[in-house]
Amino acid sequence: MSSSGASAGAPPVGEPNHLRRFLTIWIVATLIALPLVIFVLGPELPPGHGSEQATGHVTDNTVLLAMGTPVLLLVTIYLLYAVFAFRQPRGGVLEGPAVRGHQGLQTAWIVITSTLVLSLAAYATVRLLGDEGAGSGSGPTPLTVPPGKKLPVQVIAQQWAFTYRYPTYGGVETTHLELPVDQMVELHVTSLDVIHSFWAYQLGVKADANPGVDNVAFVEPTKIQTFEVHCAELCGIWHGGMFDHGHVVSAADFETWIHQQQVTFAPATKALPKYSKTYLPEPTRRGE
Amino acid sequence: MSTTTVSTTPKSARPLWRRLIGFNLLSAVILGIGGYYLGWWIGHLVSEGKSFEYTGATNENDAALLLAYFGGVIGFLIGLGFANYPVSRMLGRPASLREKEEEGIGRYFGLCTDHKVVGIQYLCGIGLFFFVGGLNAMLIRTELLQSNPTFVGPNQYLSLVGEHGTMMMGMMTSGILGPFANYFVPIMIGARRMAFPRIEALTFWLLMAAGFILTSTIFFGGFPTGWTGYEPLNDQAVMGMDSYICFFALVGLSMALLGLNMLATIITMRAPGLSWSRLPIFVWSVFATSVLMVLAAPMLVATLLMAALDRTIGTSFFIPGGGGSSYLFQNLFWFFGHPEVYILALPAFGIVLELLPVFTRKPLWGYRLAVSGMLGVSLLSFFVWQHHLFVSGINADLRPFYMLSTEIISVPTGFIFLCVMGTLWKARTSFSVPMLFCLGWAFNFLIGGLSGVFLSDTPSDTDTHGSFFVMAHFHYTIMGGLIFTFFAAIYYWVPKMVGLNFNEKLAKTHFWLMFVSFNSTFLPLFVLGMEGMPRRVSFYEPKFHALNVWVSVSAFVLGFSMLIFLFNTVYSLIFVRERAAQNPWRSKSLEWQVPTPVPVNNFEQIPVFDADPYDYGTPLAVGPAQPAGAGG
Repeated sequence: MSSSGASAGAPPVGEPNHLRRFLTIWIVATLIALPLVIFVLGPELPPGHGSEQATGHVTDNTVLLAMGTPVLLLVTIYLLYAVFAFRQPRGGVLEGPAVRGHQGLQTAWIVITSTLVLSLAAYATVRLLGDEGAGSGSGPTPLTVPPGKKLPVQVIAQQWAFTYRYPTYGGVETTHLELPVDQMVELHVTSLDVIHSFWAYQLGVKADANPGVDNVAFVEPTKIQTFEVHCAELCGIWHGGMFDHGHVVSAADFETWIHQQQVTFAPATKALPKYSKTYLPEPTRRGE
Repeated sequence: MSTTTVSTTPKSARPLWRRLIGFNLLSAVILGIGGYYLGWWIGHLVSEGKSFEYTGATNENDAALLLAYFGGVIGFLIGLGFANYPVSRMLGRPASLREKEEEGIGRYFGLCTDHKVVGIQYLCGIGLFFFVGGLNAMLIRTELLQSNPTFVGPNQYLSLVGEHGTMMMGMMTSGILGPFANYFVPIMIGARRMAFPRIEALTFWLLMAAGFILTSTIFFGGFPTGWTGYEPLNDQAVMGMDSYICFFALVGLSMALLGLNMLATIITMRAPGLSWSRLPIFVWSVFATSVLMVLAAPMLVATLLMAALDRTIGTSFFIPGGGGSSYLFQNLFWFFGHPEVYILALPAFGIVLELLPVFTRKPLWGYRLAVSGMLGVSLLSFFVWQHHLFVSGINADLRPFYMLSTEIISVPTGFIFLCVMGTLWKARTSFSVPMLFCLGWAFNFLIGGLSGVFLSDTPSDTDTHGSFFVMAHFHYTIMGGLIFTFFAAIYYWVPKMVGLNFNEKLAKTHFWLMFVSFNSTFLPLFVLGMEGMPRRVSFYEPKFHALNVWVSVSAFVLGFSMLIFLFNTVYSLIFVRERAAQNPWRSKSLEWQVPTPVPVNNFEQIPVFDADPYDYGTPLAVGPAQPAGAGG
């Protein structure tokens, strides 16, 4: 963009130094916008601070937004500047300068953008493999597993509801999800029929539920609250209705609740198939 | 024009009744209907007494419907006359391009091998289905005015979502290559026709057959899967799903053939002197797109064939209970699906970079960078597809690789932006309607690209995957990207194609209304997605209601802006009929140097190139502006 400035040195009389003007506007706008994005908007970004993972996503979203803001401003301000500064007079037939490129600028652009995206990819990889990134479905054998004792909970999706099985509590299956606070939970997500996706919004967890697949995700809730559970993969006509609330409660409340569930669902638990990490749909098909 | 006519009696001179008999659209429809019922009958015949699992209980016969569609398409193509040439060659008759002879309005309604006729056919045909898809979107937004499905109900709602998505993704894939590349690539490269004129016509008529097949899904219960058609929901769905399968398979076929034809034409039929480094940038974008089409589309056809076998004869490619895998479909689908979205993005790059020099009166800035950007995007787009499956659990260990490849693809995309910005610097920009749409593209695609960064980052994607955020992102890249440049191309090139001008005031109104309402529709969707609203739902929480109403109202305005375009088209091209100048934009590209309307054979003499078409501007880097030389 600076090709003409670079090749011709001083601008002609009467013509302002567009490059310096534009860069000044951009730098000032960035200096104003960046602190706002990082310190004002950042902490408010979704999905909130319901879990270690959600907090991690807030940080990630802030980093991405902070990286994206200068780029957004650069191009937007540039477009506006160019639109207002370099116009054809009404009815004019003036020609612009016949500049076909600028080697130095092109190289610089390639180097800068490559550095930016490579550092973003490196950052994302580090975050993904750490505990903060463990809220996404990581397949049956995750590459990294958070250390310490974990509470296994199985999420079973079917058209159009989620149920939850607690294998360490006698395999009791409940109709809504309750988790103890400050305890790393190991979610095993599977499906009985079509593809669903378990999405606990405030906890920063999303993992697809495929029939016959055990998809593991980890979450450590850090706040006692009610959270939303959605299905995030189109699964048929009541997809939008596949919605529920779960609760993060204190460890003591959780023990009370789960024992109550064990008693309530004792007959059902007996009738359930043996706990398994995956289930295959019966080969029943339409019309049967 | 008439010198090329060899036929003894011009067809248009025959009486009307005589013209209705023969290979034309009427016979095509009749034979198509005949073929449809023949297929339907055979389908029932072969499944009789067999234990095809679905047939008995639900009175559904997927095999019959698929065979009916197949028979219908074959009949339709025979009726149009696509079998004539192969048959006559088999009988030993000499090769000819007889279909090119007929003149008059009739050739737009049948098999015609003139690339200019096919271009206009494409524009009208795709425009028709674009409006069908747009109407679906209006109905979707009407339903979302309420947080409970009370307008069309959840079943109809999903059908609308599926039909809107599939129609747009399928039809608009050829949205630029179909009309504009078919029409202008041969002229731009100094050729008299495409490499395979019959295949060119075939791609168009396949697409039209496909469009009607997809529309017919409403008679068979629609389909619940959206445009992705994920298994096993696909297998579970009613017969309307077969329309989706058949539609997309035909689109895939049409796409692959279109790409092949473009590649053959661009590689082999360039006029003398038109070296690769002088090729117009639009032709380069068509080249890059065609590579993707040829390599990606067959994967789609194969995948859908497997899905069709699962649905009809009871195989289990994708049925976990029968030993298949639901991952397999996702994997195969996105191996096509991701290149597909770049098939939509690349022609937009080409249009913008092609138009910018004309309206800025400057040469294209960074030609080689732009070409490498397009080829880079084209190549890299085959290495990113599993970013659609970041939370699915498939190959979870490979996610760092797919994050890397996805983020790297923004580097060549950035080249395009640099070229746009470089061309705009110190330009003499005039804000004609096509230029406005190009600038609209630059802003929209920027937002689309930057929001994509959030989706390419797995931890961040955990929040946004499957939400309205994704939906807003790809509408910014496809509608804000492709559709804006589609209109830029219409306002820029249609005066050449039909020889008539659009009303500029109406066109400018169209742009501003479309630009503002587009952003007003899709920017709030980023917020909704970030706040946790899943996509493709007809139920949502009351807290999302206000913003959804805002989005719906904006969407209606967006729909209204399309009506302005439609009105302008009818008003300017049918009623006012103001003759267009031969070169109203003072372009130096070859397509503007030929007469309007373009003669049947394009050029009396094949042109010889000695430069690229971006010879604008005063040679001094900075200097007092001079009046332009004659623009041609």
